[in-house]
Amino acid sequence: MKLNLKIWRQKDATSKGQMVEYPLKGIEEDMSFLEMLDVLNEQLINKGEEPIEFDHDCREGICGTCSMQINGQPHGPDRLITVCQLHMRSFNDGDTIVIEPFRAKAFPVIKDLIVDRSAFDRIQQAGGFVSVNTSGNTLDANAIPIGKDIADTAFNSATCIGCGACVAACKNASAMLFTSAKVSQFALLPQGQVEATERVQNMVRQMDIEGFGNCTNTGACEVECPKGISLENIARMNKEYYKASLKG
Amino acid sequence: MLITRFYSIFVPLNTQLMSALIKSSLARKVVMALSGLFLVFFLGQHFVINVTSVIAPDTFNSWSHFMGYNPLVQYVLQPILILGVIVHFVMGFMLELQNRAARGGVKYASYKGSANASWISRNMLISGAVVLAFLGLHFYDFWFPEMTYKYFGDNPENATRYLEETVHKFEPIWRTVLYIISFVLLALHLLHGFASSFQTMGVNNKYSSAIKTFTKVYAIAIPLGFILIAIYHHLNPITH
Ligand code: HEM
Ligand code: SF4
Ligand code: FES
Repeated sequence: MKLNLKIWRQKDATSKGQMVEYPLKGIEEDMSFLEMLDVLNEQLINKGEEPIEFDHDCREGICGTCSMQINGQPHGPDRLITVCQLHMRSFNDGDTIVIEPFRAKAFPVIKDLIVDRSAFDRIQQAGGFVSVNTSGNTLDANAIPIGKDIADTAFNSATCIGCGACVAACKNASAMLFTSAKVSQFALLPQGQVEATERVQNMVRQMDIEGFGNCTNTGACEVECPKGISLENIARMNKEYYKASLKG
Repeated sequence: MLITRFYSIFVPLNTQLMSALIKSSLARKVVMALSGLFLVFFLGQHFVINVTSVIAPDTFNSWSHFMGYNPLVQYVLQPILILGVIVHFVMGFMLELQNRAARGGVKYASYKGSANASWISRNMLISGAVVLAFLGLHFYDFWFPEMTYKYFGDNPENATRYLEETVHKFEPIWRTVLYIISFVLLALHLLHGFASSFQTMGVNNKYSSAIKTFTKVYAIAIPLGFILIAIYHHLNPITH
């Protein structure tokens, strides 16, 4: 395949970046998108140019680091996958592909396609945990019976990999889907009840402090989420939040 | 240039002002949803009265007269309604500004909004702005003349004048057309907004899909009803 790539290049967090064009030949349909970028980078290195920096780790869709905007969509045109799971057969010979970092005030660009998503970590730290007694009489988690439906729903929420596609897709750069998945996975389970009130309040407060936008229920996040996290999580978080606010 | 200047000054101010007024993003969402739902409810009530202008002219006159002279309606409900509209659209504009700022300084070179969300849901501000412009015309047409009639000058209470005044307004084709366009955009606004407000309120249970269906039917049927009534009056002018 022959491609015309337009890629965002930015030297560091403080520099101004710009789109740079890279024509690329000899790409196989069976390559993953990241392998395609590897090929380009090898050529750049051989020419003595600076390679394009992008995040990646597991290359099997579980770490959530390989985040980038491809032709105007997070993780490219396909559904329910990350960029490492995207293959070049989803594109045509001769295509122009625009590759940019995720854009949000709360996700500042560090270099090229890499953004700083530590805002998510801080939301998680604000309340995405449960307290467990580790004094020696620790209760076995399996000793608490939990219905299968509830367990399944909680587990679905817990599959969020923190990739940030929801923020990238949202016209408001809102982090409600991420935050609501993290709230839900605990709100649904008995172990999460102890901190239920403070958890949702603290996590929403942190989300606001980070500068994410306000949700307007367009549903773009749910469509682009590689893990299929649904809007039901946002409704659940809202309900948790109102409950918590009424309690004070 | 001017727009960038305006943004660089106004957006941080807007964000500060808003977080001072209502601290949490979820609280702002509730304000939006509750004011929206209130307006939806009002719309239904207004529609019922309008229907009588076609099927029961005497009822239309007496109900209009009641709404115009009942102190509870005039001095309590009407100010609440006006306040509700103002809160809703001011909040809508402020949220939109804040949301645009949340994208950060550099926008996407390529952003495919249509790939994952409907045009309607992405353009609530546009449909809302058209409705707001319509409300301006509506106030000019009905509210100001009513206020002038009732509170300035020495006009007698007349419980039979309403139908004729209303029908008269639909004589010019331009007003009827503007009316139709506005209600099409209101339908679009509600197609997203009505269902959206339940999601915002955290309604997520076995009735959710029934609620969704109801909101879509309402969003189409009520504005369509307003449109049909306008066309009816346009085609059936009262002549003496
Ligand atoms: C006066 C001009 C109006 C403007 C500028 C306006 C603007 C907006 C905007 C920008 C939103 C999206 C915000 C969000 O989803 O969070 C919205 C939502 C909404 N609007 Fe309006 N609107 C107007 C009039 C109306 C009217 C007349 C009605 C009802 C008859 C209405 C009902 C709603 C509802 C139900 C929502 C959904 C709230 C939610 O998502 O929770 N709006 N409006
Ligand atoms: S909710 Fe989905 S899109 Fe958002 S961070 Fe989690 S996995 Fe990624
Ligand atoms: S590299 Fe881990 S999800 Fe893509």
